[in-house]
Amino acid sequence: MNLLETIRFAVRGVTANKLRSGLTVLGMLIGVAAVILLVAVGNGSAKQVQDRISALGSSTLTITGGGRSTGATTQNFSLTSNLVPALSDRAAAPHVASVSPVVTTSEDTAYEGSSHTIPQFIGTYPSYLPAENYRVAKGSAFTQQDVDSARKVVLIGSTTADDLFGTVSPIDQQVTVNGTLFTVIGVLGNKDGTGFTDPNDVALAPLTAVEQSLTGYGPLNQVIVQATDADAVDAAQNEVTAILNDKLHVTDTANEPFRVLNAAQLLSTQADTAQTFTVLLGTVAGISLLVGGIGITNIMMVTVTERTREIGIRKALGAPRRTILAQFLVEATVLSVIGGLLGVAAALIGSQFTIVGVKPVVVPASVLLAVGVSVVIGLFFGSYPASRAAALRPIEALRYE
Amino acid sequence: MGPDQRTNPDRQPDAAPAGGAGRERSGLVRPVLDVRNLIKTYGSGETAVHALRGVSLTVARGDYVAIMGSSGSGKSTLMNILGCLDVPTSGRYLLDGVDVSRLSDRQLALVRNRRIGFVFQSFNLIPRTNALSNVELPLAYAGMKAAERRRRARAALALVGLAERAHHEPNQLSGGQQQRVAVARALVTAPALVLADEPTGNLDTQSTAEVLGVLDRLNRSGRTIVLITHEPDVAEHAHRLIRLVDGRIVQDARQAPLPQPRQLAETVDA
Repeated sequence: MNLLETIRFAVRGVTANKLRSGLTVLGMLIGVAAVILLVAVGNGSAKQVQDRISALGSSTLTITGGGRSTGATTQNFSLTSNLVPALSDRAAAPHVASVSPVVTTSEDTAYEGSSHTIPQFIGTYPSYLPAENYRVAKGSAFTQQDVDSARKVVLIGSTTADDLFGTVSPIDQQVTVNGTLFTVIGVLGNKDGTGFTDPNDVALAPLTAVEQSLTGYGPLNQVIVQATDADAVDAAQNEVTAILNDKLHVTDTANEPFRVLNAAQLLSTQADTAQTFTVLLGTVAGISLLVGGIGITNIMMVTVTERTREIGIRKALGAPRRTILAQFLVEATVLSVIGGLLGVAAALIGSQFTIVGVKPVVVPASVLLAVGVSVVIGLFFGSYPASRAAALRPIEALRYE
Repeated sequence: MGPDQRTNPDRQPDAAPAGGAGRERSGLVRPVLDVRNLIKTYGSGETAVHALRGVSLTVARGDYVAIMGSSGSGKSTLMNILGCLDVPTSGRYLLDGVDVSRLSDRQLALVRNRRIGFVFQSFNLIPRTNALSNVELPLAYAGMKAAERRRRARAALALVGLAERAHHEPNQLSGGQQQRVAVARALVTAPALVLADEPTGNLDTQSTAEVLGVLDRLNRSGRTIVLITHEPDVAEHAHRLIRLVDGRIVQDARQAPLPQPRQLAETVDA
């Protein structure tokens, strides 16, 4: 009995009971498809995080302030724009390219009867735009002069522009922000969606104008520091930390009253989360593959019981033990491989769709692994029923009714 | 399909103790079956059932033996042991001079495949598999190439008069036709011994005649046949009649002379 012959016998066995074989194959299909697809979803979300890292720019540092309790005394630290000149000092911080103080507020904005709440109304310096990868699509950006003279000009995101102006060109129009008139001087180009908030629903205005008319001269929300290049981020971070420690007279450096966050660091945490997510999804899918495998054992047990008499006949005709073993093993493997291949097909079709906001990215290795695992599952879960069939005594098998 | 095929040295499960070059000639005088004091007991203690209580029997090559007995007389048990499907509790069984009890599982499978052709009362064809494939099956297990296998299977089917039914599945054949397919399957490997366990038990008169006709022809061409039956007219076809009662042989009568070895050899070679 060569292998081809054995496979032919096995296929005949599988097709003899189409519904039952079909359901077993379905179990494997779901298992394999789940593994490939869920790993693809996990991988897709990890890829999104990576895209976000590159969108944010890997050369920026974010300084946030706030009080921190240090034992008995509580230091209150607030970032103020007074720190900006010190941070921009080329001598003390040679790796810092620009420093942009940021105040953020949420403001109701109105234009000729239509009103819109801008969730992120940001007051900052012009250097904020390159640091955060904003570009101006229409009109022009505000300048340092605008900041110095606290001109009430504003750049708006595309979503904001659509909501407020519709088809009207927003350039040089005046909008009312919390009772103050701001002149729109430009519209920002579209920025890819990277978080839960719409990055195109923003307004950027000179820091001084926002402080003067909207937020008051309170603490800054953050300071965005751009390093000279991506490799200089760590050096810039050290310089910034040193300057802040000096300016704020920090003695306990282990417990600074401010935090300097590296964009890459920030997102590496998210990448780790995505990784965990992938592993978790893969595990759940793996369990469903296991269940599919148990289904194969189950159905092969039924098949062996049902075909006990046939096994007896084959043995009486001189089928050696290993031929019977091979026949049922191959039968189980045929079931699992068909299930595996259909599962791959289902997963590839499924990966064409966006799932829970994530575009799945199929990992080629997971396809190979799933198919390989389905073969192994066939052999593993088929081996018990097959060895039972092979071990049957011919006379008992023949007497079986 | 002469005897040379089944004595291919490579395929031999176990060389006969007396083996060697003289085997072919001596095979004609040595009995095909040599059973000594066979005992088979099912269960133990109080509930033990003694199916065979010491059966000794030799069957010469070319003989046609009918074993008769009422149900429970142990004839099926004897048949299963002769067919290497079951093992005796004690006693010795030499098939073609080979002590079967010493063979391993694998060797027993080979013996069943090469030396014994089994015909069952309930036909026992593989369902959903056409007649040709059913007849091919023992040859497939023997490892024969597909083309040669098909040729021999067709020849065997032709011998039982079912050449044109080769591609029918068992459920498309009548009982008699199924049994003839089973006979073709039993003889396709050119076994030393054809065992038939009530081959006509489930058949009508017409089919019985057909199947017995095939068996008679087989015997005339030199095949050794042992057949179990409880019908006297079936038993009449045999050259020798053995009656079994309660696991013991009570009668062993020759009804027709054993074909002469010389004649036999000529028939086989022809």
